[in-house]
Amino acid sequence: MKARNDDYNQRRKHLEKYSNQKLKAYFFELTDRLIDPLLNIAYDYTSPAIERSVLMRMGFSSLESKAITDRLFDHDLLEYGAGHVVYALSKKESKTIREAGLMLLDGPYLDQMVEVFKHEAK
Amino acid sequence: MKPNEKLNVRNLLKDLENYRPRRKGWVWRDKGPIDIGPFRYVQVSPPLKNYVPLPSARHLNGIDPQPDATITSEIASGRFEDDVRRMRMAAYHGADHIMVIRTAGQSHMDGLLEGTPQGVGGVPITRKQVRAQRKALDMIEDEVGRPINYHSYVSGVAGPEIAVMFAEEGVNGAHQDPQYNVLYRNINMLRSYVDAAESKKIMAYGGMAQIDGAHNANATARDAWKVMPELLVQHAINSRMSEKVGIKPDLICLSTVPPAAPPSPDLKLNLPYALALREFFSAYKMRAQMNTKYMDSSTREATVTHVLNLLISRLTSADIQSTITPDEGRNVPWHVYNIEALDTAKQAMVGMDDLMSMLDLKQDGYLMKTKKEIQERAVLMLEEIIEMGGYFKAVEAGMFVDSGKYPERSGDGIAREINGGIGANTVIKRNKKYMAPVTAHYGYNNMAQFGKEYEENPSSLIGESTFENPDLIQYIDELDEQDNVNVRMDENEVYRSTSLLKPEVQWLGDGVVTVDLFFPTDPLTAEAAAIEAGKQMNLSAVEVIHKEVLHPAEGTRVQLKGTVNFDIDMDKLVLPKKADVLPDDEILEYVKKHGIKVVAGTGGSDEHSVGMREILDIKHGGVEKYGIKYTYLGTSVPIEKFIDAAIETHSTCIMISLIISHDDIHYKNMQKLHEYAIEKGVRDKLILIAGGTQVTPEIALKYGMDQGFSRGTHGKEVASFIVKKHREIHEN
Repeated sequence: MKARNDDYNQRRKHLEKYSNQKLKAYFFELTDRLIDPLLNIAYDYTSPAIERSVLMRMGFSSLESKAITDRLFDHDLLEYGAGHVVYALSKKESKTIREAGLMLLDGPYLDQMVEVFKHEAK
Repeated sequence: MKPNEKLNVRNLLKDLENYRPRRKGWVWRDKGPIDIGPFRYVQVSPPLKNYVPLPSARHLNGIDPQPDATITSEIASGRFEDDVRRMRMAAYHGADHIMVIRTAGQSHMDGLLEGTPQGVGGVPITRKQVRAQRKALDMIEDEVGRPINYHSYVSGVAGPEIAVMFAEEGVNGAHQDPQYNVLYRNINMLRSYVDAAESKKIMAYGGMAQIDGAHNANATARDAWKVMPELLVQHAINSRMSEKVGIKPDLICLSTVPPAAPPSPDLKLNLPYALALREFFSAYKMRAQMNTKYMDSSTREATVTHVLNLLISRLTSADIQSTITPDEGRNVPWHVYNIEALDTAKQAMVGMDDLMSMLDLKQDGYLMKTKKEIQERAVLMLEEIIEMGGYFKAVEAGMFVDSGKYPERSGDGIAREINGGIGANTVIKRNKKYMAPVTAHYGYNNMAQFGKEYEENPSSLIGESTFENPDLIQYIDELDEQDNVNVRMDENEVYRSTSLLKPEVQWLGDGVVTVDLFFPTDPLTAEAAAIEAGKQMNLSAVEVIHKEVLHPAEGTRVQLKGTVNFDIDMDKLVLPKKADVLPDDEILEYVKKHGIKVVAGTGGSDEHSVGMREILDIKHGGVEKYGIKYTYLGTSVPIEKFIDAAIETHSTCIMISLIISHDDIHYKNMQKLHEYAIEKGVRDKLILIAGGTQVTPEIALKYGMDQGFSRGTHGKEVASFIVKKHREIHEN
């Protein structure tokens, strides 16, 4: 920002009549206007760290979660949710969640899931 | 654990894979007025089962009132096996919030670390270390009789995974504030906010207390006191975001630092700010952090600043009172300074108990006017951020951590690009089929595609998640064969399992000592002289850690640290016999009941009187304190006169001081006293005590005395002996 002098006395004119209570209420009203768009972005987006945290909750170690998420990221599958891909594979192959997740690290299953999800998307 | 037994770290590490936390979530202290000793306290919590009281408590029967606020100790040695010992010491001094600092650079690691590698300025936070530390705290909290909160950091590019691990492991509190990532760690802001919502949701599920990162603005800004309006804005952004994600307001804690420190007019700057903050954020909790911005290498100066910070806490409020170690300005905190900081907080808070029942803050004039001005400036800042197009635009423009007092701008704020920083371009828009079958997940989650019944409880789609069933957690022990706790403990095992002992500041057997020196010369010469002195003392790695000019020419104080290169064998030490004393109350009661009287003086041709006065006078804690009446005969008293005076005054005890020892005159006088008492037929009723620098109990007993006391004796030991001996004579 460009340097500027303190113009508090001019800027505050509209606040002059605010009681303590009204000032506080206005402060949090402005805060909410600032953070609501941030929360909306968080609602609509995910990240590799979030997907790793989902896989950990599904019973994968940190190392496994990272390896699976990295592969899904490289294959543009994270938009569906890492847990979703693992779940779908477990259903398709009749495997446990852990077995299905580890299968994504090896062999043809990742490509199969790309087919499944990209096909569905169409 | 028993108070006289060490924490066994190897046992702690056993069976960790099966450890489960005994509870989840934060615990506040019980609080309310309590009578402790002769006093009624108002802002206190119940006393501990095991503790170390303040040094002066020995004059007050060892009472140890605990303040109402949760007290934090930040622990950061870099080796968790040493940290757990420090946690135990901290708990004994009143800490119930153990904050474990992370190793430098962990916030940039994209994923979790595992095992027990050594850290720098903190430990790498891993599941194993967290588990071992939480397990240690379970034992420690049983020992002190109060729940202890364990705390670390949910920040960086792996925030959500750390939050999951913390929730699984029963971590009770954590720092979480996306602004910290953005401003100080240059982590991409989109990534930081997207991750933060998930982290906060997980923390809410785990019942963790959250501490924000606003105090960093204070520590970073050029003129810390000018950043006050922005601090309100930063607190607001994180607090409201947390509340909207689901953290309960009473677990949202504002990390607030009094921004200024002396020689600036501390209270005049800090008190209006503290009021402005507490008025706006009354729905949340205050974590009163201490000022580190103006910390130098003087531990005394830091302590005074921190006591002023504690005054602000008592003039306003503090739910969690942090303690910054007074050596933080010169090294990674050492054991002893954690304890000093805790004692400083306890001492000051208890000393200022119920302060505000006696004071009012002036409602008109400077204080409230300045408070409102800070609040208005914060409101104006929010208005401008919204005008600029929102938070991200404002960060891009460099609105934050500017050294001007808002609305003044100096143009030196921290600016970040929306597509810049670590983790840039890694957030991904969720597809409409996006799904995550787990508990405590934030944001869009299309469970309905599998059935409406899964919306309420997404993890039911896969049965359960680790949050419902901890047996699903995959525990990793070690990943590095060299850098782990077992290797480190093997290296210093001699100090754990043999009789060898070495001085220590932070790590077992580190051998570090400090030397405090004064040289009557200028600072430059004094520093060089100190290093030379350290070398001549056979210290290695000698380093000056503090220097203070007393006068530019007359003298300089230097504190240095160095490492000793020897071990001490405890088996070869000759320990002084522990003084055998009775409780004060027991002595007082016995003396009162039996009206014990004493005749005292320096015997023979001997004019020394100082030692005797110290044993007698109430002023020095002498026997008079316990109600013992004495007849003081003076110096150079003929031996016979002691016995005659005892008979005359109906005294039951003679205390003879014998300082001069040439030609063994002190032995001869003891013998003479003993024989004259027999001659007078009173020996069996009289207690004969000899004292002096060359007197030992062995010599005294050999020459007919009932006991002998040497240098360093206190009145209490003598009074205890008199009571015990008197009881023995009477019982027979």
